[in-house]
Amino acid sequence: MKIALLSDIHANRQALDACLAHARAQGARQFALLGDLVGYGGEPAAVVDQAMALAQEGALIVQGNHDAAAVTPPAQAEQLGEQSAQWTHAQLSAAQREFLASRPLTARLGPYALLVHASADQPGRWHYISDGSAAERSMSAASLLDPSIRYVFSGHVHEQALYFLTPTAKLMRFTPQPGVPVPVPMHRQWLAIVGSVGQPRDHDARAMYALFDEQACSLTFHRVPYDHAAAAAAIRAAPLPAFFADRLEAGR
Amino acid sequence: MKLLDPGTEVDGFVVRECIHAGGMAHIYAVAYAQQARDPGFSLAMKIPRMTAGDGAENIVSFEVELQILPVLSGPHVPRFVAAGDLLRLPYLVMEYVPGQTLQHWLDQPERPDAATVAQLGGAMALAAHSLHQQNCCHLDLKPGNVLIRPDGSAVLLDFGLSCHAHYPDLLAEEMRKAVGSPAWIAPEQVVGVRGDLRSDIFAIGVMLYELATGELPFGAPTTQGGLRQRLWMTPAPPREHRPDLPEWLQEIILRCLEPEAAQRYPSAAHLAFDLANPGQVHITERGRRMHGPGVRAHLKRWIKAAGMHYQPSPLPTSQIEEAPILMVAVPHQDVQDATLYSLREAVARSLGIRPGARLACVTVLSPSASSASDAERSETTLHRTHLARLKAWAQPLPLAGHSVSYHVLEASDVGQALVRYAEGNRVGLMILGAATHGLQLQRFIDTVPIRVAREAPCTVILVKQQLPFEQLHA
Repeated sequence: MKIALLSDIHANRQALDACLAHARAQGARQFALLGDLVGYGGEPAAVVDQAMALAQEGALIVQGNHDAAAVTPPAQAEQLGEQSAQWTHAQLSAAQREFLASRPLTARLGPYALLVHASADQPGRWHYISDGSAAERSMSAASLLDPSIRYVFSGHVHEQALYFLTPTAKLMRFTPQPGVPVPVPMHRQWLAIVGSVGQPRDHDARAMYALFDEQACSLTFHRVPYDHAAAAAAIRAAPLPAFFADRLEAGR
Repeated sequence: MKLLDPGTEVDGFVVRECIHAGGMAHIYAVAYAQQARDPGFSLAMKIPRMTAGDGAENIVSFEVELQILPVLSGPHVPRFVAAGDLLRLPYLVMEYVPGQTLQHWLDQPERPDAATVAQLGGAMALAAHSLHQQNCCHLDLKPGNVLIRPDGSAVLLDFGLSCHAHYPDLLAEEMRKAVGSPAWIAPEQVVGVRGDLRSDIFAIGVMLYELATGELPFGAPTTQGGLRQRLWMTPAPPREHRPDLPEWLQEIILRCLEPEAAQRYPSAAHLAFDLANPGQVHITERGRRMHGPGVRAHLKRWIKAAGMHYQPSPLPTSQIEEAPILMVAVPHQDVQDATLYSLREAVARSLGIRPGARLACVTVLSPSASSASDAERSETTLHRTHLARLKAWAQPLPLAGHSVSYHVLEASDVGQALVRYAEGNRVGLMILGAATHGLQLQRFIDTVPIRVAREAPCTVILVKQQLPFEQLHA
């Protein structure tokens, strides 16, 4: 079965729709959302509705730091992200907030894979996987949880990367090529960062997600063009900082 | 590890006999158990030696090959057929390619002549180029891994130490230590840089040296110190071993063996080009010398090597694109000055944005143009005249830093000759005039430019003539 792994949607309905359509066309039968459904973007309610519909069909959804912030926004909004959390909170209905609040921090995808927004090492602390040692901590925490876990799928860092353990237990980082299925055999341990659906930051405006093929043990990182002008327009129509819209157009 | 008996069935394949028992794997001739599945070519099965006592690196390199072979294509690699699960039943079934490995030529009592060395080298370079165009570097080219088919083309074997830019490099962690075969490995591989296509060019250089002289340029070092020697050492010139070798061949071999990757050929297509055109090789001191550099020169190189910073390798395909072989078809009949001028402008622009490019200026003569009786129109005179015309045409071009060569082809079908030349020389970009019969006619007849644009294996730029009016008035 092929499972689409989508993370950091950030209330970008256009990007989510484009990735879902792309994944379905690629044969995805299951969906997993790796957190940060909302925050920054202009259509939080529509995205949460979409997520609730997916959850009805069996999608696995974990909570991200922006989801937690939207449920209980900080009283004082000093940073841009905090202002966005307050606005997002106001946009969501009680049912939508309850949906976000009740998402777990981690979830199991079959016996071998763990889903977590940031790091399996203290998931609620939202550690960034910015280098090999952070990736190694996340992998070891997952192994501690259950030694049969071979894959950790996460987001939080808005770029695509694949970390893997070699036979001598050294950790290597690999930058995937979009659209190329990478074999991820189960005798190794892998940590994949699937990138961001709704707010790419690598100077490429296209949305990112990854497709995991359970039978073939392969992982394909995808880049999907979407209507980023419409997503930017939705942000400009809301009382949100214009920078959130600008960055979508440049992918930064 | 125990050999499999003939007749044993493995996952739907019947084992026939063991054709190679190497240190890393056994290779068997096999066939599908079900006749109906026969693919129409012979099959070979590779089974890694992985029992207790066999090194862990066998498993990793088998895994690397399992990852890379299925995604490679083209006539220079064995076709992938099937693979068994790595943990349960590791095997790899591929096309069995008939031919001799390069070792066969090295085992002969006589050294091959320069033309044969160039032919074998050209075949290896084209095979490596095909691999590089797929973003893969072999990194373990040696006589046992190069197979020459009966038609003279080369097939590369054993991708256990290779590096493919689209996949995680499972051997990268071994990086601190050199991964490869000591006699053929490039200097940057010694310090752990993997994935530079010019490492393969170095290995081809070692094999050319072996073919030409019967010696290994750096011996077969067994220690890390011995391996590091090639970071600075220039080997004894081949002509010291064999004075009758032509200078052009030595020039080519020593360029492949430059310690610094940037000093070697920028792509294997450039190497193949020189090997196919010995007369056009630009010979420097490197080709002429009869003795290696002295102690003083080596000391200088040693100091330079000690301070050398090795950069991560460029992606093979971008490296190839940076240094394409650029071909220009220069017409010689019914041609206006404006056309020649516009062609030259287009070539100058293309060279300007590709500092590593080499330029091949080509003109095609019709066989009927020459005459056996009339000395004025004899074949050699005509050739000479046209070569001179080509050189005169190219003279105003900014050619500093670019290799240039001039070629007069003879063919009755101009379009076909140009396309074949581009195919044979792995041309990356072809420039030719847009109109040979007037643009009005092109809608009705299949003109040369239209046919070339359709059939050429590379990007084609069709240049329309542009009169330089401002300059004419001046």
